[in-house]
Amino acid sequence: MNFEYSDEQQQLADSVRKYLANDYSFEKRKAIVHSPSGCSDAVWSTLAEMGVMAIALPEADGGFGGGAIDLMAVMEACGEALMVEPLLDQIGLAARLVARAGSAAQRAARLPGVIDGSLKLAFAGLEPGRRYELAPQATRARREGAGWVLDGEKCVVIGAPWANRLIVSARSGDIGASLFIVDARAQGIGMSPCRTVDGQRAADIKFTGVKLDADALLGPEGGALPLIDEAVDFATALLCAEAIGAMQYANDATLEYLKTRKQFGVPIASFQVLQHRMVEMYIHTEQARSMAILAASKVDTAGDAAERRRAVSAAKVKIADAARQVSQESVQLHGGMGMTEELKISHTFRRLTMIGQRFGDADHHLERYASLG
Amino acid sequence: MDLSYSPEEAAFRDEVRGWLAANLPADIRDKVTHYRSLSKDDHLRWHKILAAKGWSVPHWPVEWGGTGWNITQRYIYDEEFGLAGAPSLAPFGPSMCASVLLRFGTPEQKQRFLPRIRDGEDFWVQGYSEPGAGSDLAALKTRAERRGDHYVINGQKIWTTLGHYGDWIFCLVRTDSSAEKRQEGISFLLMDMSTPGITVRPLILMDGGHEVNEVFFDDVKVPVENLVYEENKGWTVAKYLLGHERMGSGAVGSSKRELAALKALAARELKNGKPLLEDPRFRDRLSRVEIELDALELTSMRFLDKMRRSGQPPGADVSMLKIRGTEIQQAITELMMQAVGPLAQPFVAVEGGAVDPLVSRLAPRYFNYRKTSIYAGSNEIQRNIIAKMTLGL
Repeated sequence: MNFEYSDEQQQLADSVRKYLANDYSFEKRKAIVHSPSGCSDAVWSTLAEMGVMAIALPEADGGFGGGAIDLMAVMEACGEALMVEPLLDQIGLAARLVARAGSAAQRAARLPGVIDGSLKLAFAGLEPGRRYELAPQATRARREGAGWVLDGEKCVVIGAPWANRLIVSARSGDIGASLFIVDARAQGIGMSPCRTVDGQRAADIKFTGVKLDADALLGPEGGALPLIDEAVDFATALLCAEAIGAMQYANDATLEYLKTRKQFGVPIASFQVLQHRMVEMYIHTEQARSMAILAASKVDTAGDAAERRRAVSAAKVKIADAARQVSQESVQLHGGMGMTEELKISHTFRRLTMIGQRFGDADHHLERYASLG
Repeated sequence: MDLSYSPEEAAFRDEVRGWLAANLPADIRDKVTHYRSLSKDDHLRWHKILAAKGWSVPHWPVEWGGTGWNITQRYIYDEEFGLAGAPSLAPFGPSMCASVLLRFGTPEQKQRFLPRIRDGEDFWVQGYSEPGAGSDLAALKTRAERRGDHYVINGQKIWTTLGHYGDWIFCLVRTDSSAEKRQEGISFLLMDMSTPGITVRPLILMDGGHEVNEVFFDDVKVPVENLVYEENKGWTVAKYLLGHERMGSGAVGSSKRELAALKALAARELKNGKPLLEDPRFRDRLSRVEIELDALELTSMRFLDKMRRSGQPPGADVSMLKIRGTEIQQAITELMMQAVGPLAQPFVAVEGGAVDPLVSRLAPRYFNYRKTSIYAGSNEIQRNIIAKMTLGL
């Protein structure tokens, strides 16, 4: 039994945290959010220099061969800073799919760019009207000559406007789900960008007769669903860690506010009704932290998919419930100030709210959890 | 990070599990798993079996009969008891009174009381709460007047758990009512419950059970050698005991066993011809409890790991385990009662009826478990502790 981070894990997280504390202050974040791309190239390349992109990639591909546990503390730091760059989508989803599904040639062509930060990927998985379904339906690939032609649409693809390449899930024939690497600027791609409520950039994407070469297919034709399921579980575990960082910030800021804000001539921290609510926020966060650790550990070590899915779903239920409680209470305890755009607490509220329902909300994961026994 | 127990810890778990399987009397286990109360004889019989194995007081210093186990082993031991349906020993003697004697007792007091506590010779109970002094313990009024080599006690205690089994009682009493601060003037006394003037009156709870009592003291003569620590310094002793709460207060082991029983029950009960366990409304509530218990188990393990590293006692963290642990226990008993629907109504099993007699225990048990968020420092007091000690509020 050992719940401490290793020296390497701690050092990496410390340097990321230190960097973000200096270069990702709430003011600097605001400037990034309102910049044209909504993301910072400087932040991205610094994270790449620190090795963050390479942590969970196989050593054979130039990575460090680590897993979710090795990224937990980094994700916590990103959550605390409310980082808007699509790191989770890059290392949790898209790069993982390339690493796990890709041929040697595909990995050699793409992963070095991931590691040095020059290649930005986004995973286009969601489809309108399909909620959290991972199996593609509205996006179809048909063979043409040696290659494929892609038609259909995806929605709220986080990081898409910024990405060089998309990893697209599509239904090929009647076989099932396949994955394709697609140039984000290819002919026939129509991208409608948007800003998310928590400050990220995303896009709805239409594919109209997009022609793909033979080597665009990533992994087995029709057999990609287990790969997608695994990558989404991996990303969900990272998202849980990110949520812990955001909840920790919400708790720290609220606690500080209770101790400094005065009403009726005394700090509001002296009111027992507020003390007990603060204690509940703290307990929720610690219980959620335990489940985030469990999810990260199981995506790295679970003996089978059922064990992994069960742990990830349990964690996501707890994180969704805790994120809701902590974020709502942090606004309530800040009073009117918590409602304002000016305070980071309202941005943390928005981020935690969206984390609660990304990759499946509590109801979705309760259903999946129960289906596993 | 590594979330698993070491091979040595796993082997220790197997040893405890194997020993419990071979040595826990079936009648005692059945009473626990069928929610029936244990007699005094059951308690002391089980205590003596543990004492013969040398496992009745694991947490004591080895020279007094402790096992020398580390904190993780003690946690595993507690958890296995819960999983097996083995009753934990009543904490009043082995955990509470003994901790006080080990810390504050004279050599004579230790020699006189500790071996008998260890071996289950005497059943000890606790005399803290009074009608006007619950969470606000320092408001207690039971008086002890010094007369020569005796104290004379007058007053009343309440909520005395298993007081009707008590051979001995440890009490907080007021020895100086003129003290400026209420916390001063309190003393810690040990009393033989067969002393004339002590009367135990049952308080029947809403589950119909007799578990707690009122204890009345009417000119009870207690020899001064039964005073522990200094006269008027009993608050120091009481505070020490409050800080002595156990890591096992999350009750993870017994809640795991009860959750499995709940699932089995819900798989048997039918709703619209299908197992209740498959009903999404019921299942969601069950799953949330199951997940909270998973989280509590890991949180307990995190605290164990932290304590092992720092060598420090758990402190205010234990309050979190108590709050969530009791909430989970209450949620499980409630779901079990709800799982049987209308069959929960009979107060006692219908003689020769078609329904498993266990079913009639479910509603009373739900009633009884409302106590868990009230006793051992109400959950509101636990929140006060976290607010003050952990959050600095």
